[in-house]
Amino acid sequence: MLIFVARRLGLMLLSALVLTFVVFYLTNLPPNLEKLARSEGSVRMTDEAVAQWIIDNGYGGSVIGRYGQWLGVVPGWSNVDEKGVPRGRCFAAGSDPALAPSYCGILQGDWGYSTYFRGPVLPNLGEKLGATGVLMLWVMIVMIPTSLLIGILAGMREGSRTDRVLSTFSIATTATPEYVSGVVLVALLASPVTGLSPLLSEWGVIDGKILFQGAASPDRITFWSFTLPVLTIALYGIGYIARMTRASMTEVMTAQYIRTARLKGVGFRQVVLRHALRNALIAPFTVIMLQFPWLLNGVVIVETLFNYKGFGWTLVVAAGNNDINLLLGCSVVAVFVVLVTQLISDIGYVFLNPRIRLS
Amino acid sequence: MEDLSYSAILIRILIQLVPVWIALAVTFAVSIGFKRRLGLYGKLFDSPVGMIGFGMVMFWVFTALLADMVVTFDPYAPFSGMKNVPLGTVLVGASEGDYSHFLLGGDNLARDVFSRMVMGARSVLSIAPAATAFAFMVGITLGVPAGYFGGRFDTGLSFVANLVLAFPVILLFYLLVTPEIVDHRILFFSAFLSDAAELACKAEDSVTADTFACFGLSIPTMLAAVLFIFPIIFISILLNARFFTNPMKRNLYVGIVLVIGLWAYSGLAFNMDPLGVWSMEPNLLNVFVSVVFVNAPTVFRIVRGIVMDLKARDYVAAGQTRGEGPWYIMLWEILPNARGPLIVDFCLRIGYTTILLGTLGFFGLGVAPDSPDWGSTIDEGRKTLNMFPHAAVVPALALMSLVLGLNLLADGLREESLRD
Amino acid sequence: MADTTWDPSKPILEIENLSISFFTRLREIPAVMDFSCAVMAGEAMGLVGESGCGKSTVALAVMRDLGKNGKIVAGSIKFKGRDLTHMTDEELRHIRGSEIAMIYQEPMASLNPAMKIGAQLAEVPMIHSGMAKEDAWNLARQIVADVRLPDPDRIINAYPHQLSGGQQQRIVIAMALMAKPALLILDEPTTALDVTVEAGIVDLVKDLGEKYGTSMLFISHNLGLVMDVCDRICVMYSGEAVETGNVVEVFDTMRHPYTQALFRSIPLPGADKNARPLISIPGNFPLPHERPQGCNFGPRCDYFQAGRCDATDIPMDPVPGSDRHASRCLRWSEIDWDAPPAKRAVKEKAAVGKVVLKMEDLKKYYAISSGAFGGGEKKVVKANETLSFEAREGETLAIVGESGCGKSTFAKVLMGLETATSGSIMLFDENVQSTPIQKRNVDTVSSVQMVFQNPFDTLNPSMTVGRQIIRALEIFKQGTSDEDRQNRMLELLDLVKLPRAFAERMPRQLSGGQKQRVGIARAFAGGAKVVVADEPVSALDVSVQAAVTDLLMDIQRENRTTLLFISHDLSIVRYLSDRVLVMYLGHVVETGTTDQVFQPPYHPYTEALLSAVPIADTKVIRKRIVLEGDIPSAVNPPPGCPFQTRCRWKAQVPGGLCDREVPPMVTLEGGHQIKCHLSPEVFAAMEPVIKVAAE
Repeated sequence: MLIFVARRLGLMLLSALVLTFVVFYLTNLPPNLEKLARSEGSVRMTDEAVAQWIIDNGYGGSVIGRYGQWLGVVPGWSNVDEKGVPRGRCFAAGSDPALAPSYCGILQGDWGYSTYFRGPVLPNLGEKLGATGVLMLWVMIVMIPTSLLIGILAGMREGSRTDRVLSTFSIATTATPEYVSGVVLVALLASPVTGLSPLLSEWGVIDGKILFQGAASPDRITFWSFTLPVLTIALYGIGYIARMTRASMTEVMTAQYIRTARLKGVGFRQVVLRHALRNALIAPFTVIMLQFPWLLNGVVIVETLFNYKGFGWTLVVAAGNNDINLLLGCSVVAVFVVLVTQLISDIGYVFLNPRIRLS
Repeated sequence: MEDLSYSAILIRILIQLVPVWIALAVTFAVSIGFKRRLGLYGKLFDSPVGMIGFGMVMFWVFTALLADMVVTFDPYAPFSGMKNVPLGTVLVGASEGDYSHFLLGGDNLARDVFSRMVMGARSVLSIAPAATAFAFMVGITLGVPAGYFGGRFDTGLSFVANLVLAFPVILLFYLLVTPEIVDHRILFFSAFLSDAAELACKAEDSVTADTFACFGLSIPTMLAAVLFIFPIIFISILLNARFFTNPMKRNLYVGIVLVIGLWAYSGLAFNMDPLGVWSMEPNLLNVFVSVVFVNAPTVFRIVRGIVMDLKARDYVAAGQTRGEGPWYIMLWEILPNARGPLIVDFCLRIGYTTILLGTLGFFGLGVAPDSPDWGSTIDEGRKTLNMFPHAAVVPALALMSLVLGLNLLADGLREESLRD
Repeated sequence: MADTTWDPSKPILEIENLSISFFTRLREIPAVMDFSCAVMAGEAMGLVGESGCGKSTVALAVMRDLGKNGKIVAGSIKFKGRDLTHMTDEELRHIRGSEIAMIYQEPMASLNPAMKIGAQLAEVPMIHSGMAKEDAWNLARQIVADVRLPDPDRIINAYPHQLSGGQQQRIVIAMALMAKPALLILDEPTTALDVTVEAGIVDLVKDLGEKYGTSMLFISHNLGLVMDVCDRICVMYSGEAVETGNVVEVFDTMRHPYTQALFRSIPLPGADKNARPLISIPGNFPLPHERPQGCNFGPRCDYFQAGRCDATDIPMDPVPGSDRHASRCLRWSEIDWDAPPAKRAVKEKAAVGKVVLKMEDLKKYYAISSGAFGGGEKKVVKANETLSFEAREGETLAIVGESGCGKSTFAKVLMGLETATSGSIMLFDENVQSTPIQKRNVDTVSSVQMVFQNPFDTLNPSMTVGRQIIRALEIFKQGTSDEDRQNRMLELLDLVKLPRAFAERMPRQLSGGQKQRVGIARAFAGGAKVVVADEPVSALDVSVQAAVTDLLMDIQRENRTTLLFISHDLSIVRYLSDRVLVMYLGHVVETGTTDQVFQPPYHPYTEALLSAVPIADTKVIRKRIVLEGDIPSAVNPPPGCPFQTRCRWKAQVPGGLCDREVPPMVTLEGGHQIKCHLSPEVFAAMEPVIKVAAE
């Protein structure tokens, strides 16, 4: 078991290295650097000046070397520009290079300077992550119990009316990506001109013009502002997880051991609760974990749509403003979230399944 | 003339779609008439769910095909005075021969939402199925041998597939589908070039630079070069395995495939088709390649799993004991028996690809800014979402109904193929 | 829960005129029609028939568990006088598990993989008699000991996958016995198990039945097994009971043509492929919606009279002066039941030619990695150890053994799908032990072919039958043109006695026996000289088995093919083979002519195997030798003699030799070889396992 975890960890680290390198390479392509030079320096710089700016700011040299610096396993660059000011990765321009540490990459906690926030990446990113964490927490609280319940109720009696209704609902939600459900939900519930809000307002059920708010902020988390974003992310996931749970449940319910239990005289409730549930939940567990990469997508879309300043919003801003360090930071977080959930999924699968755990 | 009521709008839309209804009716009549002779496709018409799904999908397919007959206005043209107008507004200053109303209102650039939705179907349906098909070719060509041989080959490919899958899709899109990446050519021989020569090479903007040393490709082109070769490999191996006992036939078939395949390949991947028949816009190529790249690893995993299951069957052993080559066994003994789950997944995956394309459009990546595709239209419409929701809701519902149709179709197919 | 109004002299289970149908989208499919039978207290009733005859449906109907599509359309099922067909779910729940319990075919699938054995057992008394958890676990422990499982404390805390197949089936039995039911339904309880394990389970079931006085409904396709276990028998054909009575009467004086045909198609001791060949039942089992008018067996019956047998539905007719013996035949009293079968064609014994295949000291080891996670140390599986034998032209060599004995590995090495670790294989004067199939030339490949076990798996489901045979012809470079190959394909279909129209069919349109024939045609497409038949008939119904075996024998006789017949079924091996090779855990433990192997002296394993195979003949007396435990894993074989863990003769070998050394191959007179430490005196004193009582 330990060997298994160790191997998985090793593989995960290797994946993380490869993935971050790919991101690093793609964000540090020469056109991006030239764009950065022009936005940081001046728009009217000559090509030669741009090339000089790139070298002065440590963006010259091989990609692998720079990746090593960014990671913190290669000493940070330092040089002296035309004006005689010492510049380097690990110290502010003009200060004494001798006082600075020689390594300063993400491993040392130095995630670089964000040109968009005009400040270091790490604290900004941390704050945004916290905001997204709150959003995700609510998404999970809504999504997981709902989807498991729908899946189990539908799969419990395959082909019944409950099954048909719930399955249709699940299929419909999996066909509705976040940007569609978000738009439709806002139009229905948060628009002062269409949907329910004008009606409710007319009847005097609600005070304002709209029922729910079409925008959310991490500073003011209320039921009215959070419902729509949470629902938008959760809906797509609910359909998907519910379908997986249903598939797993129907399979288990036709298994021989369920018949054994039934013909032992176990009541239907007990058959479902004692015999079917645990076996049926093994597969959805993996699915929920592997759902994270997609949830990340949902987060980005929803935060953009509802203008919620969290991780996803940051990613879009970073990419849109050519903020290389910020985008790299976002990638590191995203890649780690995905890999860690994969690891948890693998290990959890083994723990849930005695057939594998004990062999 | 007056603005239309909702029921009048509905009736007018239905009338506008008459060509689509006729095509649908003919398709259903013919299919149901011959359903017992049409294999799995015919059995689809035994399942209500499958029929509904098929109907929804075919509705959009015919809408896309017959878009020119269905649209009421030029989807790209703005009409003065029609900015953000609500549903069923009379066209201001209509000239002779113009349609009288904006059936589903106008968007914030005063274009007809209905016509844009109809044209959007064409733009979505011209990419999604093709991109999915390419992803399948890549996934199958790699997944079948990975599952069949196992070992290092499998371990390596699975690792790469998992890597791609671990990439958050949006991040990948932001990195791959940017204008910068198209501009940047990677020179293959830069090691042999002086700095000055390298700069000179980079200044050339065409792949067909004068000197051979300047040969270089942008990242999307490189990806395309890799991904687009798979269908040719796949079909060539398929035919070779089947006909190698008869060299004459084999040479003929494989020859034809290679000539046509490589011709299309040169045009699509490198934009170097000597005859100029095959070509793809760089932007479109970029979107297309990214979508294929994201989908292929999942297909790979599915195919690999099915093959690992099927290879333990006795008919595979029978093929082996007869001395069949591994490719014949993989492609003719195993693959045809994997077609059920693969067809189902193909339908689901077209839906997923549609969603991905919408995501790209939603973030304004890759496609032309005035493109009528649903993702971009939703993105544009959401800016005025609170006050004029129709501009975003119409394409949103269109996209949803297409994906829902594909999911229902897949469900129907799965149900019917299991029933056998 | 015992019903006080029930009179113990009345049948405990009484099924009257039961009809069951399954409803599909297209039609109603009658599965069981007009079925009646009665089981008295303490009696064991056997329900026999081929697959699809409705015997399992009857069992599920008694449990009232027919699924969504199945319905009881007529008749009644009375258990202790109460009609089960009209009970509510709640009433049924009280009867299931406590009064009627069921044992299934697949023990692994019948146990919940995520629950401990103890919990699954203890559940029964906790539900039905509200027993406290602790008491229930104690009872579970006691019953586990009752079903003769070693170390019950460990077992009740284990998960199902930690036990072997035989142990799992014992647990399923224990579960059924937890509430001391009055009726036990056993649905093919041993089909998934090896014969030597099966023997142990059968003994256990019989003993427990007597100990607890439980009545049994025993469902099986194996007549021999039914004779071992049951007092009464009910033979079913195509949804109907055709004959019922006490076991001895039905076996000795059967009164229905189907029962007679069934007995004539199974290889009993004394049958011989040349002198007394089996008689297969012509035609096919009718599909449920294509049943003929009148007698269902009519179209396949030798005694069929048009206008009479196909006129009306035929009722059960009691045989006077018998023990509740009845037959569903209009003509039973007119038929001369003692007349010998008419069409037994005596065939020439094929002459045996020169040696075509010779194996010497063949070894095949596999390296596998242990542990589920891919890590861990490498282990070696010794699939074949020093395998030596030769096979001659026109000869049938049977290779006998249970699962894990290495017979399939041996076939793979011979075919070239694997290469040997060491040793040599001479095939037509050519060494092929290290030539994988890709490097063999077309002649060699086409002359060694294989017939596979599972008919549902042997043909590619998405290619027509004709196309599959033509592909084999193409690969073997047979025929000069496409037309020529087309003709040859049709000739091959003639050879295996299939209509030529089958060329255009897809495999799913064929029955199991027909598929197996196509498999044989395909194997002989390149004029195979050596054919490896890996359990070619074990998955087929008894009546079809005989036809397929005979076909194989006929083709062999004509082509002078060498047939390597891999099987675990000793009856069929005795019937058709010239020489026999018995394998256990990768070792050949005994080899000789068929007579030598089936007569003493035996290798102790052969002896147990012979004793374990049930024989459907009341005149045969078998010595019961039940082996302890299960077959050891090939990954972790015992030291010394591979069979020492289960050998009943081990005490006869002095000095613990069996624990230390692999015995040498001892050659007895006539080339009979046995791999055993036993002394010649002990061998000489061995008694035959099977004796046919004088008639």
